[in-house]
Amino acid sequence: MSDFPASWQFRSPKARLALWFGWLCLVALFVWCWQVMNERTIWMFVQDAPKQAADIGGRMWPPRWSYLGELMVPLWDTLNMATLGTLLGVILAVPVAFMAARNTSPFPLILRPIALFIIVASRSINSLIWALLLVAILGPGLLAGIIAIGLRSIGFIGKLLYEGIEETDIRQVEAITATGASQAQVLNYAIVPQILPAFWGITVFRWDINIRESAILGLVGAGGLGLKLQNSLNTLAWPQVTLILLVILATVVLSEWVSAKVRAAII
Amino acid sequence: MLELQGLTKTYKTGDTALSDVSFSVPKGQIVGLIGPSGAGKSTLIRCINRLVEPTSGRIVLGGRDLTGLGVRDLRAQRRRIGMIFQEYALVERLSVMENVLSGRLGYVGFWASFTRRFPPADIQRAYRLLDRVGLMTHADKRADALSGGQRQRVGIARALAQEPELLLVDEPTASLDPKTSRQIMRLLVEICTESGLPAIVNIHDVPLAQQFMQRIIGLRAGQVVFDGTPAQLTESALTEIYGSEDWTAMRKGHEDDKDAEADALRRLSVLPA
Amino acid sequence: MTTYPTTWRRPPQIFTHRGWRIGLQLAALIYLVFAIGTLEVSWARIAEGGERGMRFLMGFLSPDFSSRWRDISQGLIESLTMTLTSTVVGVAISIPIGIGAARNVAPAWIYAICRSIIAISRALQEIIVAIFFVAMFGFGPFAGFLTLSFATIGFISKLLAEDIEDIDEAQAEAIRATGASWAQLINYAIQPQVMPRLIGLSLYRLDINFRESAVIGIVGAGGIGATLNTAIDRYEYDSAGAILLMIIALVMVAEYSSSYLRKFLQ
Repeated sequence: MSDFPASWQFRSPKARLALWFGWLCLVALFVWCWQVMNERTIWMFVQDAPKQAADIGGRMWPPRWSYLGELMVPLWDTLNMATLGTLLGVILAVPVAFMAARNTSPFPLILRPIALFIIVASRSINSLIWALLLVAILGPGLLAGIIAIGLRSIGFIGKLLYEGIEETDIRQVEAITATGASQAQVLNYAIVPQILPAFWGITVFRWDINIRESAILGLVGAGGLGLKLQNSLNTLAWPQVTLILLVILATVVLSEWVSAKVRAAII
Repeated sequence: MLELQGLTKTYKTGDTALSDVSFSVPKGQIVGLIGPSGAGKSTLIRCINRLVEPTSGRIVLGGRDLTGLGVRDLRAQRRRIGMIFQEYALVERLSVMENVLSGRLGYVGFWASFTRRFPPADIQRAYRLLDRVGLMTHADKRADALSGGQRQRVGIARALAQEPELLLVDEPTASLDPKTSRQIMRLLVEICTESGLPAIVNIHDVPLAQQFMQRIIGLRAGQVVFDGTPAQLTESALTEIYGSEDWTAMRKGHEDDKDAEADALRRLSVLPA
Repeated sequence: MTTYPTTWRRPPQIFTHRGWRIGLQLAALIYLVFAIGTLEVSWARIAEGGERGMRFLMGFLSPDFSSRWRDISQGLIESLTMTLTSTVVGVAISIPIGIGAARNVAPAWIYAICRSIIAISRALQEIIVAIFFVAMFGFGPFAGFLTLSFATIGFISKLLAEDIEDIDEAQAEAIRATGASWAQLINYAIQPQVMPRLIGLSLYRLDINFRESAVIGIVGAGGIGATLNTAIDRYEYDSAGAILLMIIALVMVAEYSSSYLRKFLQ
């Protein structure tokens, strides 16, 4: 028998060392973060948590079903907030998307960065924070919620839509251009038909997400189910909290089903 | 009818796709453009309606110089040139009728085209063309519901709806099977002969070119190396065009002129007026 | 000589029945009228808001980082540490759950349990979970850490399970044919295929967790959100503007570096 090596290793010693070092760094970082984070944690409360949980759980059941009647108007408000907010978001997002897409931006050097900044700013601020601001500015109510939902939707719809516009088939655009069509006609005949299905899909998808978000915007005063949730939490009316959570859950499940159905029908 | 004078195209990458191409096409003549991939066939065809901007040279169509026109004039001149594409380039999600009517976009205003209210004469012409290419009953179908041969017929109808004075045809049969290819070529030749329409057909299939074209121009590395009748296209002429390799291999593998496509793409990506 | 029609109308695409089409348009219109009708907009309040809006805009344009710097830095540190720890813990818990929720490697009863854990984690919103954790564990970043870990489990496990279900069966088959045990199968056939995706998903989740950490502070779970909430409550719009700008900047940095890292690692 010839002398083949009897030991074999998957990675070179150097690569293995680097890998171990990487893991070590991660663990050290984790431990350090953990200590910084928990400097002010009161561990007595944490030990007490199971008892608290059992206590809250006991108070929450059974849900107060008679409260359901009072929830119908807030539910309607929540649905409106999501729908009108999506509508507002779409109206604002479409021009932003066309300005952000490389192949349709009218003055790419100036307008593209602006449009991209609008998209990033809208995406990085959660709708709850938008609502917090708008409630402070416009006062509590549905309007603040609608605008918050709309502003948050710009980034989402704008980003997906402009990516869709950039992926359109260039040959169809070329063919329409070759007929002597104007820029507006090229947009109307070659680009819009190609992105229309994506547009409806994105819109319905965002509407579904907006239903979830609008259900809790009331926590900061923007109306809808969240407002009732806030009131019930403040008065420690746990059976009502349970019922509100159940209503939110049912709405979310239903809207998800609707959105999945509609998207399946479009695509 | 069409006259090219010293047409040259150098891409930003420094590749010269066309150098000093000059020839003229009289009324009613069907010219086949052959050559290996990368010879500049696509670039040449796209230079004529300025989907690709030529670096220098003149393009004169019916006494009118197309180089150096402004956006508005260019639109008006593009109406005079119908173009048929390799992979049909129909707007897949529009109906067949809308695709044919899109050939009239250069003639109608934005609002009329947006509301799809074309003049009665345009609609009548569109129906007549659909009937001519044998797709009368498919007018309300969506373009992506048609077969390859049917789509190319819609492409032909769209180009003819422009009432062009010149047809540019880019690899019309590259995506079709041999039988359909022949049918499409026959239809093209018939239509051109009927109305005395000149055409430049970019074609990779040499036997097909010899069968249908009246005149053949051979392009190699951006230069005209052959110009004559199909009968004059001998084995040695083909070697001149395609080089010493077995030219029959060119019938099969064909590649798009990558530079031309990329350039057209870059130019179209800057849509602003 | 045949004559051709001179009119043509675009055929309807989705609702081919005329009644349906008109009915739907009408329904949409009526809904809009009603929905806008129930808005109860108080114009006086909005006019008053105009002035505040201007003040906020001014605050945004001339942000004040210094006067509340202690609060802001405390909030940021809480947010960042919360983000990292919760992602690490969440991913660590997600791996066994994700494997258990993949139909092709887990027995039916484990599959059912893991899928229900995922469903619960995804159905409950971060903010609602945060409310409960704050009630149970007290105010502060620890509750936030738990919330984000909980949300991470639903996200990572689901995508990981889908990845495992999508693996190339031929590779698993080949390893199985060598007589490998279940653990060896996971180690040799599954892990190499899903590892790059798992790292990518973890980085993506790190990014999401930072954004969320800015929100859950509003209900008392620590982080920069709490600082922001306080600033807005006190009408200190210049501090609020500073915080928002920092959130936007950090989210952008996180998004770009996470997408760069993902590209680098794949």
